[in-house]
Amino acid sequence: MAAPPRLSKMPTSPQRRKSTIKGYLVGAVLALVLTAIPFGFVATRTLRPKQIFVAISIAAIIQVVVHLRYFLRLDLKPSSQNKSISLCFAAVVLFILFGGTLWIMFNLNYRK
Amino acid sequence: MLGKLTIDALPFYSGIAMAGALVVVSGVLGVAALVTWLGRWRYLWSEWLTSLDHKRIGIMYVTLALVMLVRGFIDAMMMRTQQAVALDSDGYLPPGHFDQIFTSHATIMVFFVAIPFLTGLFNVVVPQQIGARRLAFPFMNSVSLWLTAAGAALVMSSLVIGKFSTAGWNAYPPYSEAQFSPDVGVDYWIWAILVSAVGSMLTGINFLVTIVKRRAPGMRLMMMPLFTWATLCTSILMVFAFPALIVAASLLGLDRYLGMHFFTDGDGGNVMNYVSLFWIWGHPDVYILILPAFGIYSEVVATFSGRRLFGYESLIYSTAAITALSLVVWLHHFLTMGSGADVNAFFGQAAPLIAIPTVVTIFDWLFTMYRGRVQFTVPMLFTLGFIVTFVVGGMTGALLAVVPVDIHDTTFLVAHFHNLLIPGALFGYFAGYQYWFPKAFGFRLEEKWGRRAFWAWIVGFCLAFIPLYILGFMGMPQHLNRYYTPGWQPYLIVAECGAFFILCGIIFLAVQLATSIRDRAALAVPTGDPWDARTLEWATASPPATYNFAVVPHVNGIDSWWTMKQAGTAARKPGQFHDILMPDNSGTGVVLGAMSFVFAFAMIWQIWWLAAVGALGIFAALLSQTFRDHAEHRIPASEVEAIESRRILAPALVSGAPT
Repeated sequence: MAAPPRLSKMPTSPQRRKSTIKGYLVGAVLALVLTAIPFGFVATRTLRPKQIFVAISIAAIIQVVVHLRYFLRLDLKPSSQNKSISLCFAAVVLFILFGGTLWIMFNLNYRK
Repeated sequence: MLGKLTIDALPFYSGIAMAGALVVVSGVLGVAALVTWLGRWRYLWSEWLTSLDHKRIGIMYVTLALVMLVRGFIDAMMMRTQQAVALDSDGYLPPGHFDQIFTSHATIMVFFVAIPFLTGLFNVVVPQQIGARRLAFPFMNSVSLWLTAAGAALVMSSLVIGKFSTAGWNAYPPYSEAQFSPDVGVDYWIWAILVSAVGSMLTGINFLVTIVKRRAPGMRLMMMPLFTWATLCTSILMVFAFPALIVAASLLGLDRYLGMHFFTDGDGGNVMNYVSLFWIWGHPDVYILILPAFGIYSEVVATFSGRRLFGYESLIYSTAAITALSLVVWLHHFLTMGSGADVNAFFGQAAPLIAIPTVVTIFDWLFTMYRGRVQFTVPMLFTLGFIVTFVVGGMTGALLAVVPVDIHDTTFLVAHFHNLLIPGALFGYFAGYQYWFPKAFGFRLEEKWGRRAFWAWIVGFCLAFIPLYILGFMGMPQHLNRYYTPGWQPYLIVAECGAFFILCGIIFLAVQLATSIRDRAALAVPTGDPWDARTLEWATASPPATYNFAVVPHVNGIDSWWTMKQAGTAARKPGQFHDILMPDNSGTGVVLGAMSFVFAFAMIWQIWWLAAVGALGIFAALLSQTFRDHAEHRIPASEVEAIESRRILAPALVSGAPT
């Protein structure tokens, strides 16, 4: 992999800047909604605890994707190959750490 | 008004604590008085504290590390002395004080010696090794430094105001919860860790991006020097590991401050969740400390053997393999804490795998030396001392990976990780410090006191820790402040002697620095390349101009400086100069660090109005930085030319030199 050029790729034209701001706003609203949903479930207790747990997990995962898409502006276009590689690596590491933690903790739980 | 802070927080209760507090206070006042007397406050502020020059930030990091090394070592000396005399007696330290000392010793050595030392070396060396003029985020680098310094200042102020944690450096709950540790000790630990961990995470991001984005044209990843590779892998680990520590410490803080139950022993809390989170950071952190040292050893071995590194690519693959493996073995730090057979078997088997890339690395260094012209300089001595002693540490690690063996949690463990971290990390940093000192300052450190320091360190290390291995086999638990087994005492006295040798080692390093500064004219390195080195950082002047490279070099392969010398192009003056853009100084990093200190200190003592002041200060500093649109200045081409014309360029190599 050759050293990439040093030019910054931040958007400069007014039009692109506008679309970026719009992206941030969409992201912020989505993030707020995805945060409000779990809090709402916990506060109102409309579901059983296990279902709330599942709902929180799903909202959290979607929230991660929202942050990556709208705040870090990641996409899967070939131009951002570096980003895709780091994202894949991060996914693998998170899988190891989350999966490992769940394995360890449930294993301890069974032995109690 | 002052929260939990009362006059009782001052250490009037114990003569030893009082002495410690007085040393800290008089040290700070003494330095302040000296700077005032020399009239150098303005110079210090404008040239150093606010500097965004990575080389100066690196020097400040290493200075912080060396100061904290003295503090951490005094802790060690106090523990060794206590254990040497505490047979059937209380010794001279009350139990609570002894517990504070082993907690602060480890916290300081990991967070405020090792991490700043390696970050300092990254800063001084890595941009120059890849042909860059600056880091990707110079301001963030300054923030990292001052957050780390704020964390160190928190630990130091716990000597004067209040007490430090007694919960060990890993602060395991339930003991570290408010129920069992109601005083501010654990809060000091939490906030010092949080503040400095954020700094370390930012460092990781900074160097990761710098290495990926700012390499000289032509420098592919597989052409980077080994130290840069080690930095890249370390940065990746920093980015992934430190968040786990931040989360663990934050949740522990929520338990303590807001009565939550993440890790409490009941009400749905789970102690083991903390332990697992802590070591998700903690194990990679071992390699965050060791990989940079490996990188240094690679550079030192190649330079002082006068040969290209043997197995350059295998060294890179080993470094990467260690990085990956270090993320999957964290449970081996709590093999004895109740996991089932499957889990223990997996992690017990995965852990020794790390020996394979490590052994590859060691053989690569040995084969580089084989039939080379090895020069026994001080950095090389530290490297050789490391290779011999580190192998012992690795083998004892294999013993600890055997789950049923009854040596976990004994002094055998203490000896094992000191055996990895003193030769495996600290000796490497010392080697790097000796090796790159002329790079940073333009004169060498003199050899005689350096050699004495090396011998004092390695003899001291063996005397201090081999007895602890034996004591571990005899069943002595770690963290004992008194004991009733007469058979242990002789070994503990030998260990105490070892600590005295290490004390000599530290004094000799100080003497070496002082005499080298005195004789700096005789030790000067006018060509900037005193070791006839191979990698690109030696292509700049020593000390380098603020922009490092007047003309960014084009790189065609590994050991590019060596290649340039061989081809006779190293001494060629560039034909044309251009303006260079460099970042302006910024005091915002200092303010941010200071405000973080205020905020954390106020949170520790629950002085809520002061915490609000600190938080607002942090916010205001960040906001003001956001609106600084023009944070760069232009160095005109004529000035660059003037600086470069004063430089004496390295002569081309005589052809036929060994490669």
